[in-house]
Amino acid sequence: MKKLYFVMAALIVASLVLTACGAGSSTGGDDVIKVGQVTDLGGIDDKSFNASAFAGAEKAVADFGVEAKYLESTQQSDYNKNIQQFVDEDTDLIVTVGFLLGVDTAVAAKANPETYFAIVDYSYPDCFGTAGTDYTEGQTCGSATELPNVLGLTFATDQAGFLAGYAAAASTQTGKVATFGGINIPPVTIFMKGFEAGVKYYNEQNGAEVEVLGWNTAAADGSFTGNFDSLDDGRSFAESFVQEGADIIMPVAGPVGLGSAAYCQETGSCQIIGVDTDWTVSSPEYTDVILTSVMKNINIAVYDSIKAVVDGSFAGGVYLGTIANGGVGLAEVAGASDDLKAQLEAARAALADGSLTVDGVLGQ
Amino acid sequence: MSETATPSKTQTSKRSSLGQELLVPALAVVTGLIIGAIVIVASGANVFDAYGALFTGSFGSPVRLIEGLQVFFSTGETSELLRAIYPFTESLVTATPYIFAGLSVALGFRAGLFNIGAEGQFFIGALCSAFVGYSVKGLPMIIHLPLAILAGALGGAIWGMIPGYLKAKFGAHEVVNTIMMNWIAFRLSDWLLNGPMKASGFRPVTPNVLPTAELPRFFDDPLRFNLGFFLALAVAYLVYWFLFKTTTGFEVRSVGANPDAAKYAGMSIVKNLVLVMALAGGLAGMAGSAQVLGVDHWVGQGFSAGYGFDAIALALLGKSHPFGVVLSALLFGFLRSGATNMQSRAGIPIDIISIIQGLVIVFIAAPAIIRWIYRIRSIKTEETVLTRGWGK
Repeated sequence: MKKLYFVMAALIVASLVLTACGAGSSTGGDDVIKVGQVTDLGGIDDKSFNASAFAGAEKAVADFGVEAKYLESTQQSDYNKNIQQFVDEDTDLIVTVGFLLGVDTAVAAKANPETYFAIVDYSYPDCFGTAGTDYTEGQTCGSATELPNVLGLTFATDQAGFLAGYAAAASTQTGKVATFGGINIPPVTIFMKGFEAGVKYYNEQNGAEVEVLGWNTAAADGSFTGNFDSLDDGRSFAESFVQEGADIIMPVAGPVGLGSAAYCQETGSCQIIGVDTDWTVSSPEYTDVILTSVMKNINIAVYDSIKAVVDGSFAGGVYLGTIANGGVGLAEVAGASDDLKAQLEAARAALADGSLTVDGVLGQ
Repeated sequence: MSETATPSKTQTSKRSSLGQELLVPALAVVTGLIIGAIVIVASGANVFDAYGALFTGSFGSPVRLIEGLQVFFSTGETSELLRAIYPFTESLVTATPYIFAGLSVALGFRAGLFNIGAEGQFFIGALCSAFVGYSVKGLPMIIHLPLAILAGALGGAIWGMIPGYLKAKFGAHEVVNTIMMNWIAFRLSDWLLNGPMKASGFRPVTPNVLPTAELPRFFDDPLRFNLGFFLALAVAYLVYWFLFKTTTGFEVRSVGANPDAAKYAGMSIVKNLVLVMALAGGLAGMAGSAQVLGVDHWVGQGFSAGYGFDAIALALLGKSHPFGVVLSALLFGFLRSGATNMQSRAGIPIDIISIIQGLVIVFIAAPAIIRWIYRIRSIKTEETVLTRGWGK
């Protein structure tokens, strides 16, 4: 027993020393600009918007010498807690990722007017209607007014989706292309809407009759898996679209699309259009079945937000990434002819200068 | 490994046998932390920074607490003090669902049932509570709040009762069925959040519960410490009372210890299995209630990060005793809550906490390792049957 007491005593002393040392140390100087990113449930290595946002922060670390770190949320009660953690550390800019953090971000931004916030895929005001009956600020929505210390990072992904639709229509062998989403919400359907418009524009320009499966803007409905995590769903959706005759599929459901890519690779019956990032870079194992990717350059938007904090020009409001400012774009199209490249460039230029619009093509 | 000791050596006094029972779990935790430290060092980080941040993240910084008290006594200003106790209260907030869910699994173990379905029951409980919380209007808090909690408990109970009934009637193994019920609960909640229970706007979340259904909080924002914690403690005592002071509790334990003997003694296996699974489901459902009514006030996708699964571990750690469960739940709460600070200040991935928890479970499940490391002689203790095979 004596030996045991000795072991325990040693451990207790060790743990006391340990905590004492830890409590005394503080990290970082106050002169360095601190950036903190709170991820949504996808985690930092989601190969999608969380990863993309932090890539922007890391570039800012290299260029401006700022300090950047992230906190991963594993459940919804973490959003508030993680934001509080950064506020507590006197973080200068807190980047929150995803619409699910919309309310918590607004509440924290109001309570801490000296702290800057940037939120991906969301913007304020987000309360509409009459206070009390239609909404309660800080509960059902974030803020009824624009917040001076929050920059909403939004993206005109319909423009990039348009180019993807055009490229798909030009590349299909069967005359049918398809898309599906995770959940029927605007940040998802905006891709699909652009995709549909791009196909329609191709048909008008070239007298073709390429058909779009999985989304109809007029009906505001289409195919949705209902989640953003089931690779099996991605697989079965791809399978059913191929059976309906489609040979190019654009899954707008995060990692679900990887299930579709795996199906295409195994069967050789379809090609995939990636979303958010260039999938030939983020998922190089599927390069042979990736036609192109709709890129939402969250990294550039986050980088620019940090840059604004560094040079003191940060202002709240809404940032909109477009084809014109490089906030969204289309990755290289695999096997594209020079002719197609020229047509895509012409469409890109027309979207950029506003002479061509997604709504215009759809007749809305 | 109780066979290795001869009976004469195990005849120690009762007090030291309680000490021995606590000793192995305590040493398992310490050993888990030490091996965790090795992992931290191996990943290239400073273990003192890491565990220091874990400590201040779960209990708060003592320096800050003293400063907060000074400010409070000199000016009456509470904001600094609240900031100082925030980490501690957050740990208790995290521990609350752990207590309920841990009790759920522990109760199952006592009856020889392995309830892996706590996670699904947690979701159903949360959804039921949220529904009553936002849809029933015009009630005073004294009625609305208990009603919302009851709805959660009832929802969880039904979710737990189904596998209990299938086991009792048809001998379908509860492990398989509770896992299946989990998936049904997850997909059901996906559907409910995108359909019938969806709030206005495009986010797939439920509306907020009304203030009359919220568990009262003790401090201003951002402190989320609420009545749920004390409710959990009270329920833990009730479970203890039920198991050890009532006839039904005795029956439940008898069925768990030896179903054949229990049956021969005239106890109904069917009744007891269904009852225990319903109660276990109700407890896990209350974990969901406490989380939605006390902390989140709405339910969205990713409402839980696996409280129901962690609960299995902490029921084991707590030796399936309600008081043991409370202690382990506090430990898990402090670890989980402090991990945020550790992740941020020391740059240690939050996953290290899962590694430590996993190690603790290994040592609990195989106490021989701990006994061997620390050279503890084993004593004969009452074996708790965790689960039985197929059929009765």
